[in-house]
Amino acid sequence: MYAYTEFDRAFVRDRVLQYRDQVKRRLNGSLTEDEFKPLRLMNGVYLQLHAYMLRVAIPYGSLTPRQMRRLADIADKWDKGYGHFTTRQNIQFNWPRLIDTPDILEALADVDMHAIQTSGNTIRNVTTDQFAGAALDEVADPRPYAELIRQWSTDHPEFQFLPRKFKIAITGGSDDRAVIRAHDIGLQLIDLKGRVGFRVFVGGGLGRTPIIGQELHEALPAEDLLPYLEAVLSVYNLAGRRDNKYKARIKITVGEMGIDVFREKVEAAFERLRPAFTGQDLSVLGEIQADFEPPRFLEKSQDVYFSALDSDTHFRAWVERNANPHKHPSYASVTISLKGHGNTPGDASAAQMRVMADLAERFGHEELRVSHEQNIVLPHVAQADLPEIYRQLGKQGLATANIGLVSDIIACPGMDYCALATARSIPIAQDIALRYERRESEIGDLKIKISGCINACGHHHVGHIGILGLDKAGVENYQVTVGGSAGNDAAIGQKMGRGFSFEELMPALDRLIDTYLAVRIDQSEAFVSTVERLGTIPFQEALYVIDKTA
Amino acid sequence: MAAIKLPVVITANDLLSGEAVYWHKSGIWSADLTGSQVFESLEQAQASLQQVVSDAVVIGAYLAEVLEEGNRLVSRHYREGFRERGPSNYCHGKQESLRQKVAV
Ligand code: HEM
Ligand code: SF4
Repeated sequence: MYAYTEFDRAFVRDRVLQYRDQVKRRLNGSLTEDEFKPLRLMNGVYLQLHAYMLRVAIPYGSLTPRQMRRLADIADKWDKGYGHFTTRQNIQFNWPRLIDTPDILEALADVDMHAIQTSGNTIRNVTTDQFAGAALDEVADPRPYAELIRQWSTDHPEFQFLPRKFKIAITGGSDDRAVIRAHDIGLQLIDLKGRVGFRVFVGGGLGRTPIIGQELHEALPAEDLLPYLEAVLSVYNLAGRRDNKYKARIKITVGEMGIDVFREKVEAAFERLRPAFTGQDLSVLGEIQADFEPPRFLEKSQDVYFSALDSDTHFRAWVERNANPHKHPSYASVTISLKGHGNTPGDASAAQMRVMADLAERFGHEELRVSHEQNIVLPHVAQADLPEIYRQLGKQGLATANIGLVSDIIACPGMDYCALATARSIPIAQDIALRYERRESEIGDLKIKISGCINACGHHHVGHIGILGLDKAGVENYQVTVGGSAGNDAAIGQKMGRGFSFEELMPALDRLIDTYLAVRIDQSEAFVSTVERLGTIPFQEALYVIDKTA
Repeated sequence: MAAIKLPVVITANDLLSGEAVYWHKSGIWSADLTGSQVFESLEQAQASLQQVVSDAVVIGAYLAEVLEEGNRLVSRHYREGFRERGPSNYCHGKQESLRQKVAV
């Protein structure tokens, strides 16, 4: 893990002090709301429907057990005993009182955490692959690069007032686990003849205008990363549309300019900026990399593991779904599902957070990750310890074996919390999970993603099935898309037609899924592959069959 | 935005807690919709909004459409309904304190 330096600590402490004073001044009337709002947003404090919300950064989704316990303490002391892990690999608390937020930020600072740059038109929390440092297909650990970007971008004077927010994602290997092409900049680590480099994508994004990022550079040497990013940002900073909020993201800039012209401008800026980077960034990178040395893997007897696999079908099902192959042959990365059937996707109680922290400490080399799919990952565990981990998780309702299945849904908070929402998303996720609980293994890999408004925080555009909640003349209405994908084959789903009411939605999904089961070649053909083979028309017909007969 | 349908009430969020609050006939902000001052005229509602809203007490004030059902007030739009009750995934927010009140 990256260890905070004295500089980082002082910086974060300083921000807490400043913020404490700002809250005080707001409460004694010396600051108006108009003056205060940008200040609280800079510290992650939003206003939602029922309360304030605090969004805490979890840089590249990495947490220590100590930090996880602190999140549990905050949930107990200042919230309602739980927290919501988001697709941005952050955590949100839905019920803090304004007056408590400085204390919460201070409690976070104690464990080297903060809420800086979780909002505003800045470079946001860099997200990455949840299996970083562990995955078999990894070229290099993406986290040191994510950390380097965090250090470079935090309080970067030139990039505090970008035309719009800016999101960067990095994936460590050939499998894109960070949805890099749905980000303003997506980076994929590649092997450049024995040296590390990046494939760079630009202009991806979801929201109102979903666009899959285009390749900007096919093989950028790693040592050019920061000057190159600075070049991209400086072109965007000048050319980005500040006149219209809906056209201000880099995806629109790239779209209007064309990728080739954009690339030329970036290269010109790069030539200009490159000499200013004299290698200090690389020595910083070297120091950061030392913090991310892999743990000392242990050799343990596998007997218990293999016998549990043989004797316990539930355990085996859980291993098949929730354990991922690891670089070290007798290790695995475990995904702890925060998608128990009927639960709110991404929510964890304080007690659950503590159990996960304990397990990471006892068995997981002190590491936890938040995945963009709103689950928690123990990246490094010996297979020999899996039976015990499974047992402990089970006691806290955390042993659901559903990773990648219908109930492993990404859902944004929607109208149950979010002030911008046009409809609810959480109850839809809960209903789907319960409805397909018995059939989901038979259905197999199928990713459903739900957003409560066009901002697309729930990634619905890249769901195999996407659901977007809208307000149709004062009634909740759900639009269904099919054929999206978030992986290497990233694609935006196609709108199937008119939306469905809350009551109509589940029967419509039944028809969609039954059609898939009827037309797939066999169980090995996943939903996305069937859609690829047959197109979306059979699914559209299934959704609207009632219209046709009416 | 569609034109506002009358009648309306004045609503906002409490500065300290962020909770949804309503401007009452009695001249206070309250967490209950019941008891809100109901406006049948948009001009009057907007004038009152300017007058009663103090930045030191509430934030984000606006007019919310309501329906009068008998002598009960209900929100016209479901968004306001959620603000009035709380989220649907947990018994949190106003519905939580209502339940406590009933239990007492
Ligand atoms: C509840 C408070 C939230 C607010 C006010 C909010 C606001 C927004 C807005 C306005 C956008 C569109 C921005 C644009 O296209 O320029 C957006 C996009 C996004 N938000 Fe949120 N959001 C919230 C919660 C969340 C949560 C809980 C998550 C994760 C589960 C999330 C993840 C995202 C993602 C992934 C996008 C993607 C679209 C993109 O960047 O292109 N947001 N959000
Ligand atoms: S998609 Fe809309 S409803 Fe959902 S969290 Fe984002 S802004 Fe809120």
